[in-house]
Amino acid sequence: MIAFWVLAPLMVVAALGMVLVRKAVHSALLLAVVMVSLAVLYAAQEAPFLFAVQIIVYTGAILMLFLFVLMLVGVDSSDSVVETIPGQRLAATAVGLLFGLLLVLGVAQATLSASVGLGEANADGNVDALATLLFGRYILAFEITSALLITAAMGAMVLAHRERLSPKQRQSDFAAQRMRDYAESGKHPGPLPVPGVYARHNAVDTPALLPDGSPSSISVSRSLQSRGLVRTSSPTDVERTTAELDAALDPDAPSAGHVERGSGR
Amino acid sequence: MSPLALSGTPLASGEAGVPVVPTAVDGVFSLLWLVVALPALGALVLLVGGRRTDRWGHLLGCAMPIGSFLLALVMFVQLLGRDHEDRQVAQTLWTWLDVGDYTVQMGLLFDPLSALFVLLITGVGSLIHIYSVGYMAHDDRRRRFFGYLNLFVTAMLVLVLADDYLAVFLGWEGVGLASYLLIGFWAHKDSAATAANKAFVVNRVGDLGMSLAVMLMVATFGTSSFVGVSAGMPETSEAVATVLGLLLLLAACGKSAQVPLQSWLLDAMEGPTPVSALIHAATMVTAGVYLVVRSNFVYELAPVAQTAVVIVGLVTLLVGAVIGCAKDDIKKALAGSTMSQIGYMMLAAGIGPAGYAFAIFHLLTHGFFKANMFLGAGSVMHATNDDVDMRHYGALRKAAPITFATFAFGYLAIIGFPGFSGFFSKDHIIEAAFGENWVYGVGALLGAGITAFYMTRVMLMTFFGERRWRPDVHPHESPAVMTTPLVVLAAGSLVGGVLILGDWIVEWLEPVVGPEEHHELFVPAIVLTGLIVLTVLAGVAVAWSRYGPSQTIADTAPTRVSAATRAARADLYGDALNEAVFMRPGQKLTAALVYVDDVLIDGTVNALAALVGGTSGTARRLQTGFVRSYALTMLGGALLAIAATLAVTLS
Amino acid sequence: MNTEHYLTLSALLFTIGATGVLVRRNAIVVFMSVELMLNATNLAFVSFSRAHGQLDGQVAAFFVMVVAAAEVVVGLAIIVAIFRSRRSASVDDASLLKY
Repeated sequence: MIAFWVLAPLMVVAALGMVLVRKAVHSALLLAVVMVSLAVLYAAQEAPFLFAVQIIVYTGAILMLFLFVLMLVGVDSSDSVVETIPGQRLAATAVGLLFGLLLVLGVAQATLSASVGLGEANADGNVDALATLLFGRYILAFEITSALLITAAMGAMVLAHRERLSPKQRQSDFAAQRMRDYAESGKHPGPLPVPGVYARHNAVDTPALLPDGSPSSISVSRSLQSRGLVRTSSPTDVERTTAELDAALDPDAPSAGHVERGSGR
Repeated sequence: MSPLALSGTPLASGEAGVPVVPTAVDGVFSLLWLVVALPALGALVLLVGGRRTDRWGHLLGCAMPIGSFLLALVMFVQLLGRDHEDRQVAQTLWTWLDVGDYTVQMGLLFDPLSALFVLLITGVGSLIHIYSVGYMAHDDRRRRFFGYLNLFVTAMLVLVLADDYLAVFLGWEGVGLASYLLIGFWAHKDSAATAANKAFVVNRVGDLGMSLAVMLMVATFGTSSFVGVSAGMPETSEAVATVLGLLLLLAACGKSAQVPLQSWLLDAMEGPTPVSALIHAATMVTAGVYLVVRSNFVYELAPVAQTAVVIVGLVTLLVGAVIGCAKDDIKKALAGSTMSQIGYMMLAAGIGPAGYAFAIFHLLTHGFFKANMFLGAGSVMHATNDDVDMRHYGALRKAAPITFATFAFGYLAIIGFPGFSGFFSKDHIIEAAFGENWVYGVGALLGAGITAFYMTRVMLMTFFGERRWRPDVHPHESPAVMTTPLVVLAAGSLVGGVLILGDWIVEWLEPVVGPEEHHELFVPAIVLTGLIVLTVLAGVAVAWSRYGPSQTIADTAPTRVSAATRAARADLYGDALNEAVFMRPGQKLTAALVYVDDVLIDGTVNALAALVGGTSGTARRLQTGFVRSYALTMLGGALLAIAATLAVTLS
Repeated sequence: MNTEHYLTLSALLFTIGATGVLVRRNAIVVFMSVELMLNATNLAFVSFSRAHGQLDGQVAAFFVMVVAAAEVVVGLAIIVAIFRSRRSASVDDASLLKY
């Protein structure tokens, strides 16, 4: 009882949040909240087996699958605010509200007798009772489900499989390609600059500084750039650092230029 | 009966027509089916066998009708030996149709009337088959020609031997089909193909009458057999009899090329000449006469219909003769003559018991002499590279002496030269016509005069006068296989008159048509005969004066001629009339119907299609391709479903 | 504890999921919304199971879970395949099948 009144509002809020937040990862996490709460409600309704399955299959497997795919597709992909189909959002909201209203109305007007409870059915334990049913009355459905699962696995493999159309590139091929690029377009054959070089911090979100003190855009991850999480560092940072160093090393008569050269090494 | 006779005693015992009361077959008559089956087998073998029968096909084609003829001859002799009452022999082969109360037995009836017809068909037919062996020798498709001829003989035998009007109709359509196939045998010629179609279509009008007559019989008597109809006739009203008679007359008009359905016969001359001789002179075109005589039990009770038959016969007699006068095409002149002679037969058949026997008598003699002359014409064409224009003939009597001699026999017979067969038959018909009504008599007499004129014209232009041959023509006598049938037929033309000796044919046909009624003439018969001979001689004299050896005959037909000649050349405007009365309005009607179809019916359909198309064009915009809008629709549907459920639950 | 409450919660979650399918364009989030709807029905099944004192409802919920797992596997594979070819996970971009 308490579990219900605690969890139900939480679930509704989480579900609404799942629908409303812009980022898919957040949606997935909110869905996880709903599912775990559901598992608890199953447990509260004398369904310990489903409680376990809900946690393991749904929260453990299916949601992880979602997250994997999200990472494949791109974590940063989020819906644009502009609606493609005119009137869709409004109509969906209206129909959704009406639908929910009708469903609730339907539930409300139904008169249900008091719950029988599963005490008798679960007398030998919930798992045993379910197993008796599954391998008894529902054996055919169960077997067919197994066929369905195998088919689904096959289908997923077929769909995700990509045919190799060109020979596999080897290390030597890549090296040759780099040299060719350098010869043709002058593209630097070496690795990209690492973040943090000559910068005030060596964190990944701090771009390396070029010899003239300006940040190098290619030294930080593209994802960070697209998220706007790159720290901007300006040439004044260098001066400030120099001043700090001077103050720390020799408070009497330091040479600003000496420190600059030293820090540059 | 004609109106004059009707003023006498109505419905005397002889006037009710003769009911058909056949006896069952026995002895040689049990082979009656074979008479029909032999040519049928021939047609089947020749038409289905294809090219591998090419070498001997014509021989088989000749053997089959000859076999039928011999069989028929034996049966004829058997029939001669029987009493009058026993001379109708019927053989039931199988039940053809069995529909509720209506049953049609496929049966054959061999009586004096059909016996004569079977002999004519198989006899003349055999001769023409033999002739065709020579005539068609150079045609690649001779075997097929013989197949069609055998098919024709089969159908014609079914027509005259059937004992049920429906079976008669089967033969009736069969000869129509054979006629169509044979007229259009040289279908590579446009004119032949058109003529075949024309014959078929015009015949269809007549067939309509036949089928309606059969339907009326079934509706009235519940049967269409001769026995049933002849037995039921006296009990029916005169109105039914009259309608029946007129419908049968329509059928007869179509098949026998009588006015107003005469137009096809002249064009039918596009077919090979043996076909013209067999189908369009001797046998098929006389089927109408057969039908009228066979249905005497109908006509005896329908005086109006009888008068109609007489009038049709009289008009055709004169129309055919006049057309025959103007034609330069030898076959068309003979075709006009055929129409005219069949007009005589119809006239006689329409007169009633006084004329039935003479109609059949003339039919038989005509079968001989007209087949003779057609085959003679074929022989002439054979000699002149298939030229049919008489203005290109002249003086052929020396080049083709046998053809000339046999043709002359036919000529003398048709004009009614004393002693020849045609003399007796025509003389009797004219006498009977005079006995009925002097108007009929004068018409028939006039016809005899015109016949003498145009036949003399044909004779003179073909065999006498100067040579007007084309430069590349070298006339020669035909081979023996062609001249032998000519000689036989010429003999028939000469001696055919013996049938009337001692009124043999009248007595012979008595079981079928009843005893002859003799009408008193206003003058002694011998005087009338003299009058006829004089008229004939006058006709011959006029022809001699215009086409005699001393006259020059223009190489092309003169164009500055009288209106009457022009009319005759145009078949007395028969085609023009058909076109003006039936074809043009028909075309207008069709055009109007096409318009209605295009605008109203198609318009409606197209408008509906355009409406649906336009609506779909707009409605398909609903298919946006966006999964989410579809999902919205689904959710809306689910919403409605829940709302409906709730509405039901809560109400 | 009343079954009605659970059912109401189930109805609410279902509606939220359905609306999510309609308003979100990211195919993965749409999928999550579908999962939410399936879970809402599962809750109803379990509640009814307890209300009637029979385990068939739980068995049904179990089957729903299995089928949902299969569906997610295939569905996500499809999304990955589409993403590979179109560089987009928006359900509105795959809208070629239309008039």
